[in-house]
Amino acid sequence: MESFDLLMSGFGTALTPTHLMLAAIGVLLGTFIGVLPGIGPAMAVALLLPVTYGLEPTGAFIMFAGIYYGGMFGGSTTSILLNTPGESAAVVAAIEGNPMARKGRGSQALAAAAIGHFAGGLIGTTLLVLLAPTVASLAVGIGAPDYFAIMVLAFIAVTSVLGTSRVRGFAALLIGLVIGLVGLDEMTGQQRLTFGSLQLADGIDVVIVAVGLFAVGESLWVALHLRRRPAEPIPVGRAWLGRDDLRRSWKPWLRGPLIGFPFGALPAGGAEIPTFLSYAVEKRLAKDKSEFGHGAIEGVAGPEATASASAAGTLVSMLTLGLPTTAVAAVMLAAFQQYGIQPGPLLFEREPTLVWGLIASLFVGTVLLLVLNLPLAPVWAKLLKIPRPYLYAGILFFAAVGAYAVSGQVADLLVLFVIGVIGLAMRRYGLPVLPAVLGVILGPAAEQQMRRALQLSDGSLTGLVNTPFSIVVYAVVALVLLWPVVNTLRKRRAARV
Amino acid sequence: MLSTNDERWVTVRVSPLAAALTALAAVLLVPPLLSSGDSDSTGVRGLRVLVPNSPGGGYDITARTAAKSIEDSGLSSGIEVFNLPGAGGTVGLGRLVNERGNDKLIMSMGLGVVGSVYTNKSPSSLADTTPIAKLIEEPDIVVVAKGSPYTDLAGLITAWKANPGAVPVGGGSSPGGPDHLAPMLMAKAVGLAPRDVNYVPFDGGGELLASVLGGKVAFGVSGIGEYRDQIQAGELRVLAVTSGKRIPGVDAPTLQESGVDVDFTNWRGIVAPPGITDTARDRLVKLLTDLHGSGAWQEALRRNGWTDAFETGPAFGRFLAAENARVADVLRELGLA
Repeated sequence: MESFDLLMSGFGTALTPTHLMLAAIGVLLGTFIGVLPGIGPAMAVALLLPVTYGLEPTGAFIMFAGIYYGGMFGGSTTSILLNTPGESAAVVAAIEGNPMARKGRGSQALAAAAIGHFAGGLIGTTLLVLLAPTVASLAVGIGAPDYFAIMVLAFIAVTSVLGTSRVRGFAALLIGLVIGLVGLDEMTGQQRLTFGSLQLADGIDVVIVAVGLFAVGESLWVALHLRRRPAEPIPVGRAWLGRDDLRRSWKPWLRGPLIGFPFGALPAGGAEIPTFLSYAVEKRLAKDKSEFGHGAIEGVAGPEATASASAAGTLVSMLTLGLPTTAVAAVMLAAFQQYGIQPGPLLFEREPTLVWGLIASLFVGTVLLLVLNLPLAPVWAKLLKIPRPYLYAGILFFAAVGAYAVSGQVADLLVLFVIGVIGLAMRRYGLPVLPAVLGVILGPAAEQQMRRALQLSDGSLTGLVNTPFSIVVYAVVALVLLWPVVNTLRKRRAARV
Repeated sequence: MLSTNDERWVTVRVSPLAAALTALAAVLLVPPLLSSGDSDSTGVRGLRVLVPNSPGGGYDITARTAAKSIEDSGLSSGIEVFNLPGAGGTVGLGRLVNERGNDKLIMSMGLGVVGSVYTNKSPSSLADTTPIAKLIEEPDIVVVAKGSPYTDLAGLITAWKANPGAVPVGGGSSPGGPDHLAPMLMAKAVGLAPRDVNYVPFDGGGELLASVLGGKVAFGVSGIGEYRDQIQAGELRVLAVTSGKRIPGVDAPTLQESGVDVDFTNWRGIVAPPGITDTARDRLVKLLTDLHGSGAWQEALRRNGWTDAFETGPAFGRFLAAENARVADVLRELGLA
C-alpha cells in the first residue's frame, strides 16, 4: 500500500489553503472559459500559462488540473443548454442534453452531466492511482491496426445516430468526411481541397465545424422561423433530479468511466470517440429506446462520465511516459518542461510530492466541481429564459469570438459562417448535423491510422489484422452487424414452428 | 429606458452571460496588462513577437522564454508575444513579410518553417525576411526500443538498404519537417533514394515515442527533448545523434563517426520583416546579443536542455540560405518542391 501512503501525503499537499484556493480558481476559470464556444480546456490552459509563471510547480499544476476538469464541464454546459458544444468532447452531450433543455429539463441534464463528471473524475482518478504503470505499458502495445479497428467499430456505431432516414444520415456523414479531407495530407504533404489557401492548409478545426453546424446553423434557422412562431422562452422546470432520473442515470455514470479511461490512456485515444461510443452503448442498453433523440437522460449521464474519465486517463500516459495524448496534455507537458521537469518513467520517483499532490488535487478538483456546479445548474438553466432574439444574438456573438480566438484569423470567421450556412441548409432539408460532426472527427483519424498500418506492413493488407486486439475488435464488429440478421432468422424459424 | 420591472428581469437573467463575458475579458486582457511596462535601455520598446505556431509549441516556448529573460534582465520592456498559427508557420511568415519596414515586430521560427514554405506552396519565403539571430539548436537522435534487434547504426543501415520498405522509420513531423528531413538526408548519404524511404509521420515526438517503445516502427528519428527520461531509464537505445558533435549525457556516436556523412540539427531563431533600416536591424541584433549574454537566458538554456547556437546578422543569413538549399534539394527529389 505504498501508493496509498503517497496519495495520503499528496492530500496533505493538495489540501493546504493555498493549493485548495488555486484548485477552486482553476475549476471556476475552467468552467467559465469552457462555456465559451471554441475556447476549450487546451486553449484555457495555454492562455493562463503566463499567469502561473509566478507560482511554484505544484501549485501551478494543481491549478491546471482544475482548469482541465472545469473546462470539460463548461463545454458541456453550452452543449446542453444552447446546442453549442464548447469543445469536441462535449458534442455528444448535445444529442440528448439539448432536447432535454428544450423540454424544460435543462437543470436535470446539467445535474446529470455534473454528477457524471464527478463519477468519471473519481473513478478515472482512482484507476489512475491503481493502474497507472500497468495501463501505460499496455497502451504502448496498441498500434495503428488496433486504432483502425476501433475506428471501424465507431463508424458502425454512427448508425445509431443517423436519425430516421438512413439516406439523409449517410449524406450528412459524407458532408463531414469531405470537410475532414480539407488540408495538407499528413502522410505525403500534398494539398487537398485547400484551393491554394494557406489558411485551409491545416484543415478545419473540429470545434469550428461543430460550432458552425450546431450554433450558427441553429441561430440562422431560428431567425428564419421566429416571425412565424411565437417567441416564447423555453420553460424552466423543476430544479433537481427526480427518483426516476437517478434510477436511469446511475448505471451510465458507472459504465461511462470504464469506456473513457482506457481511451484517454491510449496515445491516440482522446475523448471524442469514447464519449460517442458510450452514447451508442447507452442507447443499445436502454430499456426504452424511443426516448433517445428526444431527451434521454442516459445519453447525457454516460458520455459525460466518459469524458472526465478519459481526462484522467490522459494523465496516465503523460505522467508515466511523458506522452501527451490530448492538446491539454501537450500544453501541460510544455509547462512541465518550462519548470525543468521531464515527465517520464522516472517522474514518480524523482518528483513524488508534485505527482501525488497533482493526483490528490484531481480528487479535490472533482469534488469542487460538483460542489460548485450542482447548485449552479438551475442558474445556468435560467439562461434559456432570455428571449430568443437576444439569446441567439448572444450565441452568434460568442461563437464568432470563440472561432476568432482559436487563432486570431478572419479566415476562420469566414469558414465558421460558411459552415453555419451549410448547417442551415442541412436543417432545411432534414439532414441530421451530428453525423457530419462525427465524420469530421472519425474520417481523418481513421484514414491516418489505416494508412499508417499499411505503411508499417509495407503495403500488405494483413497489416490491418495482425494483432490480437484488432482481431477481437473486428469480431465484435461482425457480431454487431450479424446480430439483427441472426435475430430475424431465429424469429422466422420460431414463427414457422 | 426599460421599466424598473424589466430592468430587474434583465439583470437577473443575464448574469451568467455577464459572468462569461467577464471571464473572456479577463482572459484576453490580463496577459497584455501583465506584460506592460515603461523603462528601457536599448531603445527597443513595445516589441511584438509573432509566434507562428500554437501556444505550447516549440517556437512559442522559445519566444516566451526569450521575452521573459529580456524583461527580467531589464534589456527592454513591454514585449508582447502573440500567436498566429497555421500551415506549419507560413501563415505567420506571410504576415511578417507583409509588415515591410515594421521594426517593432519579430518572429520566432526554426527549421520547420523552411520546409513548410515548400510543402504549403507559400508565396512568401524566408529569403524575404531580415535575419536577426539563431538562438538554439537541438540535434535529432536515431532511436530504437531496448528490445530492438538493432544494436548499432551499421546493423540498422544494412537492413535498411536491403529492404527499405520493411524498415519503417517514424518521425514526429509531417513531410518537410526536421524529423522527416533527417532520415531522408541519411538515406541519401548511404545511397538510398529518398523516395524509397518508408517514412511514417506522427503527431509530434510524443506520439512517436509510443510507437518506438512498442516496436511499431523499426526506428525513430526525433528531437531528444521528450526522450531523455526514457533513455535514462534504459527503455530506449540511441544508435546515433545527427549533429556533428556528441551530446553530453547521451552515450551514442554521431552519424559521421558511424560512417554516415550527415550533420543535421534542428534550430530556432529570430527574423524581422523585410525593408527595415540598418539601424533598426543593428538595434535588434544588439538586443538579442545582450539577451544571449544575460544570466537569465543562460539559466533558461540549461533548464530547457537547449544547446546554445548563437549566430547573428549576415552569418545567420548565410546559414538560412544554406539550409534552404539543402531542404529544397531533398523535397525536390520527393516531388514536394
